[in-house]
Amino acid sequence: MSAIEVNRLTISYGANRAVDRLSFTGELGEVLALLGPNGAGKTSTVEALEGYRNPSEGTVRVLGLDPIAEHAQLTPQIGVMAQSGGVYPGIRPLEALRLHASFYAAPDDPQELLERVGLTHVRRSTWRQLSGGEQQRLSLALALVGRPRVAFLDEPTASVDVQGRQLIRRLVRELAHEGVCVVLTTHDLDEAERVADRVVIIDRGRLIKSGTPNELMSAGGSREIRFGAPAALDTASLGKAMIAAVEEVSPGEYRVAIDPSPANIAALTNWLAENDLPLADLRAGRQRLEDVFLRMTQITGEVPSVRVDSAPQARSGRSRRRQGPS
Amino acid sequence: MSTPAPAPAGGASGAAPAHQIWRAQTRIELILTLRRGESVLLTFAIPVVLLAFFSLVDVVPTGTGNPVDFLFPGILALAVMSTALVSVAIATGFERQMGVLKRLGSTPLSRGQLLGAKTAAMVVIEAIQIVVLVIEGYALGFRFSSPSIGAAAAAAVLATIAFAGLGLLMAGTLPALTTLAAANGVYLLLLLLGGMVIPLAKLPAGLRVFSQALPSGALAEVFHGALGRGEIPGHAWVVLAVWALVTPVLAARLFRWE
Repeated sequence: MSAIEVNRLTISYGANRAVDRLSFTGELGEVLALLGPNGAGKTSTVEALEGYRNPSEGTVRVLGLDPIAEHAQLTPQIGVMAQSGGVYPGIRPLEALRLHASFYAAPDDPQELLERVGLTHVRRSTWRQLSGGEQQRLSLALALVGRPRVAFLDEPTASVDVQGRQLIRRLVRELAHEGVCVVLTTHDLDEAERVADRVVIIDRGRLIKSGTPNELMSAGGSREIRFGAPAALDTASLGKAMIAAVEEVSPGEYRVAIDPSPANIAALTNWLAENDLPLADLRAGRQRLEDVFLRMTQITGEVPSVRVDSAPQARSGRSRRRQGPS
Repeated sequence: MSTPAPAPAGGASGAAPAHQIWRAQTRIELILTLRRGESVLLTFAIPVVLLAFFSLVDVVPTGTGNPVDFLFPGILALAVMSTALVSVAIATGFERQMGVLKRLGSTPLSRGQLLGAKTAAMVVIEAIQIVVLVIEGYALGFRFSSPSIGAAAAAAVLATIAFAGLGLLMAGTLPALTTLAAANGVYLLLLLLGGMVIPLAKLPAGLRVFSQALPSGALAEVFHGALGRGEIPGHAWVVLAVWALVTPVLAARLFRWE
């Protein structure tokens, strides 16, 4: 029995199918990332697993239990970190942890957990006085205090600063090491790549592909060089020099369909030097998840409705973006 | 998590005993209620100030020799209403809007335990209010004359159920800010029309019938009869019972958790 079983799950809101015949499994001791742009159906999927959404079709099982019909048996064994927070605005961190701890027969020590998430310095503050990142840390701690066997973390590092992200990722890895099945959603490819054992790529409610980050990144298409340079280069001229097809995949982002051998890379950089052009970045061999994601969504013939990890104000041609700390 | 999570044997759930969950939730409901400034203002400051002010400044046509004789039972009714209706509606409305209720739904805390905890917290707050107001009433010269404590307690229970049902109905169907405004509006309306500060007898006939049909008016009538001088009108019991039946049923049917 897998810890998580999603079988042809479909969730409809009126005529709109938020999740469309989605199937995947998750095991104890692994971090499973549901990756996709905003509105891909990640939260709906997780909420079906938590028992908040009734599937229109298909089934979901968590530890073999139906999350709605067997809710009472399931709740002691799961931990949930919601995107919205969902904590009393006037409660203090330790009070919240003690409250949640008192719901479980064998909880973690609230004091110790508060230290683990690095919140001892704000023990006198109430939830509404905490920063976004501190709220996320507390929210994570609340999901973990009952020592769950399955933890659902919806966008756990959203609006968290760099140190906070590292801390949260480390905690997530530790959980998996202790045998917990961690299901997290993210639209951040970088995060999925760093923290997940397995990635399930979802777009418009459908499964695009799943596998380990390595499998996804090395699956085909590795015979190419990608580089960033000023937009609107003379790709024909470069193609002649390289004796390969050159494509500008997005403004300022290029792909050369050639084996990424040192000699070929030298040929590329020589051509740039001769034309006095700067090189922004260079990737050879192993692809980043984003490349996989974009290629996969192209194969299905659809462009993602929302760009992956794109901040609305950052609309330049650079395709690789990270969410900045806020 | 200092030790690896052991696999629970069979279907053994890792939930704490029900009474422990209920006690912890009751405790936090009380702490958070007493920490909210507007809640303390509403449930303690306003009744205490109203009782003192109108007892000492004889401007309200109470129809009794000493205003406090009329005001004390009325303000007790007001205190019950402020806790069970307004405080519950506002707090629950925001808890719902901020996803607190949703999040609690994924923990071993059941809806019944949550409701039980809210009820227990209400009872405790009301008990504190009653103690404070009785002391204040005595200080202002109120004296019980053969009070019917049983009738007053029964009416308080019925009214608490009716008001809490109404409060939860508002909190569970309206946006939090609308609930906040509506609860305060209803509070003011029932304060004026509820026979708490102004005797129902002073209202125009049409308005009086309307007021007597409200749970606040009925509660005040029972309190006046039970704690002060006079009779408890039978229709007040009917009104309280009907409200106590209808509002929780409506709340249970219409409450949306998110």
